[in-house]
Amino acid sequence: MKSTFRIGGVHPHDNKQYSVHQPITECALPAKAIIPLVQHIGAPAQAVVEKGQKVKVGELIAKAGGFVSANIHAPFSGTITKIDTTIDAWGMKMPAIFMDVEGDEWLETIDRSNDIVRKLDYEPKAIIDKVQEAGIVGLGGACFPTHVKLLPPPGKTAEVLIVNGVECEPYLTCDHQLMLEKGEEIIIGIQLLMRALNIQKAIIGIEANKPDAIKHMTALASKVLGIEVKALKLKYPQGGEKQLIDACIRRQVPSGALPIEVGAVVDNVATIYAVYEAVQKNKPLISRVMTVTGKSLAKPGNYDVRFGTPLTEVVALAGGVPEDTGKVIGGGPMMGRAMSNIDMPSNKRVSGLLFLPEAESMREEITNCVRCGKCVGACPMGLEPWLLSKQAWHSMWDEMEDHNIMDCIECGCCQFTCPSHLPLLDYVRMGKAKVGGIIRSRAAK
Amino acid sequence: MNLILISLAVLGVTGLVAAVLLYFVAQKFKVEEDPRIDEVQEALPGANCGGCGFAGCRAFAEGCVKAETLDGLLCPVGGAPTMKTVGEILGMAVGNIDPKVAVVRCNGTCEARPKTSIYDGAKSCQILHNCYVGESACPFGCLGCGDCVAACEFDAIHMNPETGLPEVDDEKCTSCGKCVSACPRNIIELRKKGPKSRRMVVMCVNKDKGAVARKACTNACIGCSKCQKVCEFDAITIENNLAYIDYNKCRLCRKCEDACPTGAIHAVNFPPRKPKAEAPAAPKAAPVAKPAVEKPAAEAPVANVEPKEEEAKA
Repeated sequence: MKSTFRIGGVHPHDNKQYSVHQPITECALPAKAIIPLVQHIGAPAQAVVEKGQKVKVGELIAKAGGFVSANIHAPFSGTITKIDTTIDAWGMKMPAIFMDVEGDEWLETIDRSNDIVRKLDYEPKAIIDKVQEAGIVGLGGACFPTHVKLLPPPGKTAEVLIVNGVECEPYLTCDHQLMLEKGEEIIIGIQLLMRALNIQKAIIGIEANKPDAIKHMTALASKVLGIEVKALKLKYPQGGEKQLIDACIRRQVPSGALPIEVGAVVDNVATIYAVYEAVQKNKPLISRVMTVTGKSLAKPGNYDVRFGTPLTEVVALAGGVPEDTGKVIGGGPMMGRAMSNIDMPSNKRVSGLLFLPEAESMREEITNCVRCGKCVGACPMGLEPWLLSKQAWHSMWDEMEDHNIMDCIECGCCQFTCPSHLPLLDYVRMGKAKVGGIIRSRAAK
Repeated sequence: MNLILISLAVLGVTGLVAAVLLYFVAQKFKVEEDPRIDEVQEALPGANCGGCGFAGCRAFAEGCVKAETLDGLLCPVGGAPTMKTVGEILGMAVGNIDPKVAVVRCNGTCEARPKTSIYDGAKSCQILHNCYVGESACPFGCLGCGDCVAACEFDAIHMNPETGLPEVDDEKCTSCGKCVSACPRNIIELRKKGPKSRRMVVMCVNKDKGAVARKACTNACIGCSKCQKVCEFDAITIENNLAYIDYNKCRLCRKCEDACPTGAIHAVNFPPRKPKAEAPAAPKAAPVAKPAVEKPAAEAPVANVEPKEEEAKA
């Protein structure tokens, strides 16, 4: 019997047919690259290179700006031309390092061979240091620095590592393909993290729409003690940290608490692959697999893109922007955000590019709330989106806080299910930002 | 019959006992209140807008009565006359109060600021601002969803459908500041209303470098500092590629308006200029001399504050 999380959830069409089983293709090197300094949650990284400096692939170019921050390494070899601001996907400014790409010269310490390294006898501290040094962040979407998760706060102990191979977001297939192509490396990565956390149990959660990945990973996991593959029923947002914990080990993370509260650490398969590469191959996080997809795209697929490559080049590889495009979304259709600028460079945050045709890109006409309660039923965090959105509309921040607005994971189930097409998430998200600001300023006092 | 009489008697006695009880309780727990609070409240406009910084008119009245001087206390809705009455009631002197008005510092009209995307989310500037740069490429300019219009309790700010920008009605605006805090991009500023509502304003808040700002909007301030050079009163400062006119120093000579290459500086509510360019000849006398010549207020060519007419057309 396949399990799933217990509260809420919706069933959007998964639309993975366009790019599923497309082999991971490496994207060609661009002539010029722009490497953003904000590619993670937390403090921006501080540039440690100067204008005119020559760097090799894998060299540290920006240091983490705090504990909750991540290092950034040169994805290309070449000359740094300037450190300035660039425009991000939403038209706002962000600091970035500009470089001219010259050749493809790697640091000698990086193992570029395709051999699988199975060595496991590392000290836990050594693994965590390596993860921190390599600038690894959660590649599932939130981009939370991984080393922070590996160091549980005092008094808390991790019991189980949950590996997120769910990819519940429609259209995206990059994690699926990664599991098929790099399954063995992922299993070694899981063993490394189990060692780092000093735990004996790991569960890989995979949704039922990826039977080949379930089969492949089960076969690989059966050779290793303590790793189990769990096939999960199809339901969005199963890839959410708290939902996945509920689906895999039937524990519910209390409101406002972190997964470590119930003894779980959750990491995405792509993150785990990055851990493998960092520890075994000495390769920092300089590229990721992203899905470029859409109904009318000529060559949808899964591309291995080094950070800093302009997204336009990746799009060109996938056959160029289709003529009927009405909207480009960074990430999947549920949690992703529409982009107003696709000249922006790829980075740790962009897990996919989705081209929606014009007919599908505009919202439906908004009508009145009919109090049907569908949004309450769909909310995986047990909130009342209709009420929260009304409170946000009336600027009732205190009441929103009382109704646990900070638990919202912004999955968009409420808006997806609303028969009146109300922009529930828009208001809830705005309220969450406001209330978050109020809570932070209160804490600062 | 008997039943009615009994009921009447019981109710009557109960009422009487309650009345006596209430009377004594009211005497016992009587709250002594300064009668001047009521008087001051009476003198206030009663809009309860919170523009003074207090929770409402009553709270402001209490604040005035408790305060030792009226400095720093101002009812923006009532302005100088109201504060004068309050001063008379409390026997305190009221300082000089310049009437202020909300000014929308963006002139990114539809022609000047081409659309680069279409936004179809919830119609709220706050939400749009959280999402992305907006429908144009200017990350500082007006988003046009009308949060300020919704915030105004005096019907003083309206969207102009032609320009897509909000316009303030000088007559109705009470400078309560609600629109200022409603705007997520801090475009609206409370500025001195000026003599006969005449004022000079830099209608832009874009802090990008000139070339970038100009690319996003042809009406943008590019921080060229030409206005700063022609200003004889040291009223203009340039910071972060953006000019700012200090309304306390500005003498309304209109030189900066002529110097501005992008038309970002607006002279509001001035009468039309004479065909001959006389202004440069008599720089210092200009501000006082000019208004005396003609008075038409409605025909001001550069006036961007004519919502009444717009409404009538619509």
